Amino acid sequence: MEKQLALQMRGITKRFGSVLANDHVDLDVYRGEILAVLGENGCGKTTLMNMIAGIYFPDEGQILIDGKEVVIRSPKDAFIHKIGMIHQHFKLVDLFTAAENVVLGTESGEKYSLKAVNAQVAQIAEKYGFRLDPTKKIYDMSVSEKQTVEIIKVLYRGADILILDEPTAVLTPQEITRLFDVLRRMKEDGKSIIIITHKLNEVMEVSDRVAILRRGQHVATVNTSETDETQLTTMMVGRRISLNIERTKPVNPKPRLIVEGLNLYNTEGVHVLKDISFTANGGEILGIAGIAGSGQRELLESISGLQPVESGKITFYNPKKDRPVSFFHKSIKQVRALAEQGAFHDRNLNDVTFHGMSNKAVRKWVENGDVLFREDEIMNLRDKDPLEIRQLGVHLSFVPEDRLGMGLVGNMDITDNMMLRNYRKGKAGFLNRKKPRAQAEEIIRDLEVATPGVTTPVRRLSGGNVQKVLVGREIAYTPKVLMAAYPVRGLDINSSYTIYNLLNRQKESGVAVIYVGEDLDVLLELCDRIMVMNGGKVTGIMDARTATKEEIGLLMTKTEERKEEDA
Amino acid sequence: MSKEKKSEVREPLIHLSKRTTISPLKAWTIRLIAIVLGLLVCGLAAFLLIEKLQQNPERIGEFYQTFIRGSFSTSRKLWKYLKNTSVLLVISLGLTVAFRMRFWNIGGEGQTLVSVLGAIAVDFYLGGRIPEWILLILMFFAALLSGALWGIIPAVFRAKWGTNETLFTLMMNYVATYLVSYFLVIWVPSGSSSLGKLKYGKLPTLYNEQLLIVLTALFLTIALYIYLNYTKHGYEINVVGESVRTAQYVGISERKVIIRTMILSGAICGLAGYLIAAGSDQTVTTNSVGGQGFTGILVAWLGKFNPLAMILTAGLIQVLNQGAGQISQDFGVDNALPNVIVGIVLFFIIGSEFFINYEIHFRGHHSRANARKEAAK
Repeated sequence: MEKQLALQMRGITKRFGSVLANDHVDLDVYRGEILAVLGENGCGKTTLMNMIAGIYFPDEGQILIDGKEVVIRSPKDAFIHKIGMIHQHFKLVDLFTAAENVVLGTESGEKYSLKAVNAQVAQIAEKYGFRLDPTKKIYDMSVSEKQTVEIIKVLYRGADILILDEPTAVLTPQEITRLFDVLRRMKEDGKSIIIITHKLNEVMEVSDRVAILRRGQHVATVNTSETDETQLTTMMVGRRISLNIERTKPVNPKPRLIVEGLNLYNTEGVHVLKDISFTANGGEILGIAGIAGSGQRELLESISGLQPVESGKITFYNPKKDRPVSFFHKSIKQVRALAEQGAFHDRNLNDVTFHGMSNKAVRKWVENGDVLFREDEIMNLRDKDPLEIRQLGVHLSFVPEDRLGMGLVGNMDITDNMMLRNYRKGKAGFLNRKKPRAQAEEIIRDLEVATPGVTTPVRRLSGGNVQKVLVGREIAYTPKVLMAAYPVRGLDINSSYTIYNLLNRQKESGVAVIYVGEDLDVLLELCDRIMVMNGGKVTGIMDARTATKEEIGLLMTKTEERKEEDA
Repeated sequence: MSKEKKSEVREPLIHLSKRTTISPLKAWTIRLIAIVLGLLVCGLAAFLLIEKLQQNPERIGEFYQTFIRGSFSTSRKLWKYLKNTSVLLVISLGLTVAFRMRFWNIGGEGQTLVSVLGAIAVDFYLGGRIPEWILLILMFFAALLSGALWGIIPAVFRAKWGTNETLFTLMMNYVATYLVSYFLVIWVPSGSSSLGKLKYGKLPTLYNEQLLIVLTALFLTIALYIYLNYTKHGYEINVVGESVRTAQYVGISERKVIIRTMILSGAICGLAGYLIAAGSDQTVTTNSVGGQGFTGILVAWLGKFNPLAMILTAGLIQVLNQGAGQISQDFGVDNALPNVIVGIVLFFIIGSEFFINYEIHFRGHHSRANARKEAAK
């Protein structure tokens, strides 16, 4: 079958100030195909799409639809040309129903009946295999349902070209499968679908062709069937990079942080954490999976002392400075007895028992100074604010989800952001910027932060570099527990792998790492154990080496579906 | 072919884009142009409003001279200018401390007025009964304490109950004004409600009677610059101002910082009140501060909350004020005209920030730029 051109872009250029977001991009989209647009962050994917959707106006270049040049100056113009875009952030009225949102803003001039619209919406949903109740209000909807409303909204307006900006970022594996089925059905119906993503496996799964952008330029468009993930990444990044996470076996994991029966109500009185219990071990990465808003943020914030909890225990085991055992005050018999009680450990924190060893061997070992008293401090972290936790000497690092609103101060430079954790050091009332500046320079050098200098405000840095600064600071603080919430969200492949490697290095040095993530493939590859949260509860803790994506996906949504069945 | 097609596509007429960086030279050039334009428009407005100018258009040059004369023609005027600028600067420094924390303290007027009242109350009751130097010290503390009190009240309400500090501090201004009226009725039973200049409680003269005030303001400016940029307190103020969530995250108590900073903010306004009370007026009226508490907001904003830059902005605004005053005197026009003139210039200065933040392109900008590029090839 001869493929028919739907949309052509010729020499599209867009500048923002001195930044060239799109540089003479040529792109073709055919009828009845799914085109994936792939590229690192800031490569201009979204900008390009926004120009088709009428949100930006190109500085140069032409857009042709069905071979005719068109001018798209507003989203309305885009609709006239049957182009619809589904944005990353939904633009829906919470208090309206699905159908009401769908008709909102359409001007047919006729009196419209909500009944007819409901029927039409239901019809569209059925045609493409969506699951949606047109009379359901938006505030009652899950993220996936909201996305469905957005898609139906553009279909209702008769869009033939649909643009989806990172539609899978917020979905569970099952929902992604369902979405892809719908997209395939739309394709069969002759629609053109452009999907922006940076997940390679999804590109391979759903698309017919892939267009790769790099630094605002169109690198190539290839047929999906003729390429593979390695080739795509190479084109995307501009050089070969390895996409493997080197996961080592945990060395002697020991409990570092124990949470028992934690309950938390938020300021609105909603029960957001329900009886959470888990243990994070030193030398291990504990992943936390779950749909966004299942209580992950609240959990990390209550551990770090930012939210007062209702009930439960948060206990921290602090391996203290080692003190060698000596025979000065004790006989060999006493030493053997203490060893039986688990009072000693060796340099690797392994329990020391002297089973089957001769007194001579025991004596030699002890005198070598390799047997150490176990003097772990057990500290209660509950009801302590971040400052009190610090003053206890607990090295708890936290990379929050909200980087510039919480972890860093956007208008301050890197040096001043380094100081956030330890500016109080020293008795004098004056700040000492010497050490923080050295630290800032170290992080810039070691983590290859792209910045004009230490005095650049961090908000001027790109997302990946902001995150490097934040993670770098939290690691510089030699944590015993490192909690990271969505540390690679919005980061390009290269920076993501830098972060994974940093976390792995922390794990290898004995830190208990807690990683809250959304990409299940990464969770399975990076973590040692995965805890799944769902509606404020822990629905399972599994071994990441044996678990499957589907199992985790089920645990993420289990109770929700049961509720639906009940109702 | 493509050229013909291109002409069909119409670029928008005006096209704004945010500047990522701008050189300080360019920024200051834009500001200077704005001031010049503002003054030109002022001249036009004056020509339309002042009959004398319409009759003798050649006097328009004189109009601009008068502006300068208002502050610099005699040494007495110069010293008055320096004193007024200093007091204005001190008030705006007090506000800046709070503004850095994104605490919109628009109660500088009330905080200053109430401290004038505090100082004068001490002067009224104790003047002449105790040695002058003790009186001056007592007045100093009375002023600082009253200012700090006026600052701490909205701070506590905001910290404990999350009240809106803008409305609260604004209302406190009115409370201060009526408090002054109340005491004037008590102190001046005759009903003239004018206290008159008190005999005691006058700051000593160093070389010139205003010099001490000027030096105090300069010293305070430098001290605050250091406080805000190089101390732990200043750092905490910045963090709380930028993001309360970040402050929580690193264990800074927002409440503590707000209350502490507002005490400081009020106390600095209190110092300004003391300079007014003991430095020049030795009396109190409801108009003792004369709106400088509000002008101070402008000074702080224009100076981007940088104490050193605020020396310039305070100086500039004071030139405008005094110049406009001189104009109304020399040209025999109504008192409202100076306000119009100052307003016009300020409008241009504030408006210039838009052109510093944004770049404007007109239709054809890109095609012209391309043509230039191609020509260069």
